[in-house]
Amino acid sequence: MNGTIENRDAFLKKIASKLHRSPGEPSDQPVWAHTPQRSVYQDYTDEQLMEMMKKACEPIHTKVYETTADELADQLDQVIAEYGSGQIVATNDPRFQTFGLNTVLDKYEVFTWDYEKGQINIDKATSANIGLSICDIMLAESATAGLFNDKDKARSVSLLPETSIVIVPKSSIVPRLTQAMQLIEDTVKKGKPLSSYINFISGPSNSADIEMRLVVGVHGPVKVAYLVVTDL
Amino acid sequence: MPMKVGNRPFFEGVDKAIHDTFMVNAVSSAQDGLRDRKLNATIGDKALGDWEEWRSAGEEIRAHTLNHLDYYLKQLSDNFAARGGHVFFAETAEEAQAYIKKVCKEKNAKHVVKAKSMVTEEISLNEALEEEGCEVLETDLAEFILQVDHDHPSHIVVPSVHKNRTQIRDAFKKLGYKGSDDPKELAGFARKTLREKFLKADVGITGCNFAVADTGSICLVTNEGNANMVTTFPETQITVMGMERLVPTWNELDVVVSLLCRSSVGQKLTTYVTDITPDSNQEAVDSPKDYHLVIVDAGRSNALGTEFQPALHCIRCAACINVCPVYRHIGGHAYGSIYPGPIGAVLSPILGGYDEYGKLPYASSLCAACTEACPVKIPLHKLLIRHRQKYVEGGGHPPALEKAAMKGFSIGASSPMLFKAGVKVAPIVLKPLVHDGSIQKGPGPMKPWTHGRDLPAPSSENFRTWFKHHHKAEIHAQGKGTGESL
Repeated sequence: MNGTIENRDAFLKKIASKLHRSPGEPSDQPVWAHTPQRSVYQDYTDEQLMEMMKKACEPIHTKVYETTADELADQLDQVIAEYGSGQIVATNDPRFQTFGLNTVLDKYEVFTWDYEKGQINIDKATSANIGLSICDIMLAESATAGLFNDKDKARSVSLLPETSIVIVPKSSIVPRLTQAMQLIEDTVKKGKPLSSYINFISGPSNSADIEMRLVVGVHGPVKVAYLVVTDL
Repeated sequence: MPMKVGNRPFFEGVDKAIHDTFMVNAVSSAQDGLRDRKLNATIGDKALGDWEEWRSAGEEIRAHTLNHLDYYLKQLSDNFAARGGHVFFAETAEEAQAYIKKVCKEKNAKHVVKAKSMVTEEISLNEALEEEGCEVLETDLAEFILQVDHDHPSHIVVPSVHKNRTQIRDAFKKLGYKGSDDPKELAGFARKTLREKFLKADVGITGCNFAVADTGSICLVTNEGNANMVTTFPETQITVMGMERLVPTWNELDVVVSLLCRSSVGQKLTTYVTDITPDSNQEAVDSPKDYHLVIVDAGRSNALGTEFQPALHCIRCAACINVCPVYRHIGGHAYGSIYPGPIGAVLSPILGGYDEYGKLPYASSLCAACTEACPVKIPLHKLLIRHRQKYVEGGGHPPALEKAAMKGFSIGASSPMLFKAGVKVAPIVLKPLVHDGSIQKGPGPMKPWTHGRDLPAPSSENFRTWFKHHHKAEIHAQGKGTGESL
């Protein structure tokens, strides 16, 4: 159902008259003379992007592990143990099954998000030590995990637990924000639904508000790790 | 808190600020740090290509959007509403307040959590909601500190830059904090205190870094994770945006977000770049059920269609503030506006008028460092000059004495007779003030000058007389010389 729009006509009329336009008069599709974003990293190979991403993880206090599809389950097991296991929550993402991770999830009694269970999801995520998510698009330039959250791929999983572990299929790595934004534009143009919460996350939450000293771990996770699967 | 900070006249505020040694040192060191980080992430990042191209891209996107503002606002509001969100256009701060109060009342909201937002400061939203009996909690660490200590922001990106860790610890003691002044421990206290507040809040209020017109989306650019909390747990989300803060599509969002992150804090991207579009699907457990977007004019349209329109291109990165030599010496509070520094000195008179903010354009050395730093190429120093011109031409109401003095000067300087008389009389009138060939303590309008340096005493011989004598002597000497050589 459509929402309401209040006070618009008078508001836009005033603006339009100052701009010497009629209110809401369409704009021609702008043709930009300057598009530097389109040419950066264009000749980078997948390997170079991977290297750039790994390097970008250093300043954002994010640890990177590399593995293959065959070894992913074992590697995830080890990484979970390294971060102290404890209570774990995961998004409800069919890729956990596709990637053969059910046994690991079972071993650690991971709570998988289920919106039908209501508040218990948030309670579980609040008390969890680790949250497991799978990356939708990885921006190499800034080592940013793009997560297209929804009712199943819940945003709380990468927000509330102390540690956020994100599985990154190497095929999801793109040069920078430019490609992610183009993907979103294309999705919209094709008439496909747009995720209501698109989160680009680069490392653990942090602040430099006190005497400009960096504190890692404020309201979101204190630790973030990426598990890159090189053949997925 | 309204846009105006404190009731001190501008120059009094400056006097107080320049003697606050801790603040001046803190501001200088923050400026140096932020400026270096910005340079590394912009012209210093060779992989990006030509940074000037990025600035030109930013400028052209912002100029196009503002030139077609009515169209893009219509598109934005249509798309936001098509996804079930409610849009309210507020011409004034009062209208925005009234709408938000109404929404909170309808929701019977008692607990409101806020992410950092300058526009909500501008429209005094906290006070308005508190009057209605709501608990309003700032959750950005710096804003939380200021709220606990009843203080005002002094920088648009690092609002508590003027405070040291001891002051912050003492402020937190009011909330029962018993720890040290270690920033990590202080931030940990904020994390613990605020987490339960996020989870039980009824309404979450955010600002808006950028809205995307073609999908009705809101983009928030943050680091601490508080904005994600604010937009995840409360049932109702209210976003308040200055009417100019939008781009046509996600492709342009890419450019302005990149410019903002790199120019404000020197990050390639901030930790969170969060894009929210209202969701008509009500099944999600961790998502608002009700979305409101309040689009605020509050004086911005004063700049539309005028030479000041480029001021609305601002993306609030504070790069101009971080290079300003005046801000460096007086900090943010002296400006008396929540928008300090060069952009504040341009924007505040547009939003609040010359009577209140007409002096701010004088808080500039016109060195143009601000213009050079701006990632969207706002000609800040030129706009400051234009403000000054308009102010003295009567756009503002300069003090009567200053006006009379200028008028007097204008009469005196345009009549040769009066000018000559003035020049003759000056050394006699000022004689009592002269010590050792200069004036060290001048009265009235001379006072600010002699506060910092000596004013040379007017010579009893003026330039014209000197030149006449000098010229005569030269000719005489030349004539003599010529004769000898021949």
